[in-house]
Amino acid sequence: MIPVVVILVYLAVIAVVGGVAWRRGKDNTEDFFLASRSIGPIFFFLSIFATNMTAFAILGSSGQAYRQGIGIYGLMASSSCFVIPLTLFFIGTRLWAIGKKFGHQTQVAFFRDRWECNHIGTVIFALSAAMLVPYMIISIMGGGTVLADISASPETHQPLIPYAWGCAIVAVVVTLNVFLGGMRGTVWVNILQTTLFLCFGAVAVVVISHALPLGFCDYMQKLAADPKTRFLVTRDRMPPQTFWSYTLIPLSSIMFPHMAIMCFSARRVSAFKQTVVAYPIAIMAIWLPCVFLGVLGFAALGKIPDPDGVLLRMLQSYAPVWLAGILGAGIISAVMGSDAHQVLALSTMFTRDVFAHYGGHEKFGERRSVHFARGFIVVVTIIAYLVALALKEKQGIFEIAIRYAFSGFAAMAPVMVAALFWRRSTKWGALAATIFVAASLIATGFLQGKPAPAPAPLAAAKPSTNTLATAAVPTNTAPNLVVTNAPPSKLASTTPAAAKPKEDVIWQIGQGPDAIKVLSRAPNGDVRFLNGYMTVFPMVLGSILCVVFFSLATPPPGRETIAKYFDT
Amino acid sequence: MKKLLLFLLVALVYAAHQDVWNWRQPGPMVFGFLPIGLAYHAGYSIAAAVMMAILVKFDWPKGLEERETSSSRPSPPQS
Repeated sequence: MIPVVVILVYLAVIAVVGGVAWRRGKDNTEDFFLASRSIGPIFFFLSIFATNMTAFAILGSSGQAYRQGIGIYGLMASSSCFVIPLTLFFIGTRLWAIGKKFGHQTQVAFFRDRWECNHIGTVIFALSAAMLVPYMIISIMGGGTVLADISASPETHQPLIPYAWGCAIVAVVVTLNVFLGGMRGTVWVNILQTTLFLCFGAVAVVVISHALPLGFCDYMQKLAADPKTRFLVTRDRMPPQTFWSYTLIPLSSIMFPHMAIMCFSARRVSAFKQTVVAYPIAIMAIWLPCVFLGVLGFAALGKIPDPDGVLLRMLQSYAPVWLAGILGAGIISAVMGSDAHQVLALSTMFTRDVFAHYGGHEKFGERRSVHFARGFIVVVTIIAYLVALALKEKQGIFEIAIRYAFSGFAAMAPVMVAALFWRRSTKWGALAATIFVAASLIATGFLQGKPAPAPAPLAAAKPSTNTLATAAVPTNTAPNLVVTNAPPSKLASTTPAAAKPKEDVIWQIGQGPDAIKVLSRAPNGDVRFLNGYMTVFPMVLGSILCVVFFSLATPPPGRETIAKYFDT
Repeated sequence: MKKLLLFLLVALVYAAHQDVWNWRQPGPMVFGFLPIGLAYHAGYSIAAAVMMAILVKFDWPKGLEERETSSSRPSPPQS
């Protein structure tokens, strides 16, 4: 009950924040979408960090660490520590300057002006919106699920707040905050969110360490000494190809519309200085305790039915109830913080890139444009809520869509780099790359959705009695599962009646051990390229080639436009 | 020369992410409880922050700050 009270208080605070931001706001789009480009350095760092951190940073990271071990930190966190600050440094600062100088409020507005194009910008808008929408829907689904899980009675397991009500609460609070407060309200909420995030990990580690029956050292030595659990403290089951491929994924960060729009909102470019330096440290402050506690949870709790709930279980077992309440508030804040930015970004894009661009602004004026944006926020949230209810059982589809959206946005990064740094780049290069990315996503989705090949029967498999090893096996039901590479024998040994999962080779060059698997599907359905690289690799490469080839093959933009962006 | 050194620094930090030498080693445990692979990447995060501090110090795009002060658009109200 206490966690539910903490969360409800937090939600009330968010709604009030939206109301306060409403009083500070002005009826123009620059104020509503960008807080009049007035965000100071500390608020900018806290907000842009919160924009990019979802509930996955707490629950997903510990759940993946429970399944796959410490390698998750290097795979997802430290690669982000390197790439995201660099993209903010090189791309974010330039976006800010261009937005400040020419008044652009979205990436598409910049592309249209930079490449003297109209409908090509609309194509880029359509792809960006299509990749962002599943993210928004899953945020509402996640909010409903978390509220139901946290409010469930320990005895009856019946939730005090059912899923449908949880989704409705999250949708209403997000709508109130964004509708009333716009970017300003969203940023203020982010400050609370990041503060909660940054404090939570360290507090949880300290509190849990005092309550555990053994010391951290004992648990870790135990895991390292047992051959069946040793993979949790090494990267034995993590293919180097996957590990390397993942360094490309954070390129998506700056291409997510809500991140790029945040870059336009800083008061001064110097706000980026503190942000890029503090960003890796903040990632570490959140991810390191969560990954460590995920692995520790494996040693301390043994097999649990839902690995993504490992952190919650650790807190329930070894921490006071108020800390579980704060965790709940932290998770809900993460869900809502990113959802609010996504809703606002969609509204900004639709209002500026479609409504205003095709004459709505001239016809209805600045004040009405803000009303249109607010109406769009209500409509899009209602639709997302209805989809979250109707397709609750198909949540996995949205999760897969999000995973590929990360690859899609990463593959769009070369378009942004070309726009900012390459004078000779053209709209046709941008269009070719956009079409290539969209086609790659459709093809990948098609391959992912194909029925799995018939598995080989495994009559002689010996059942395992080791509960720790059983719990370590990755399953396809796990959300956000990004690496599924447990040796097939291990998978089979836990389920004697189950068949052996099989890799599906779609295109292979050569035969035998030297064969190159150009395109294949992992046992969990994930599409792989060149003996195991993730699809983000060929997508980024193909996007670069498209931009370069088609730009060189077509006439450059006019001299005036090039001078406007490069000679001043 | 400065640009080249900074480029080499970034390339070096990027290469350091692929720590193949820690792949199959659980130990030594740093502070007795942090597996070496995890401790290495925690240290890597700090190294990334140091790298960014060096880039900010020696390669900050000063032209953008000049644009800021000479912007032709009216200054937005402060919040």
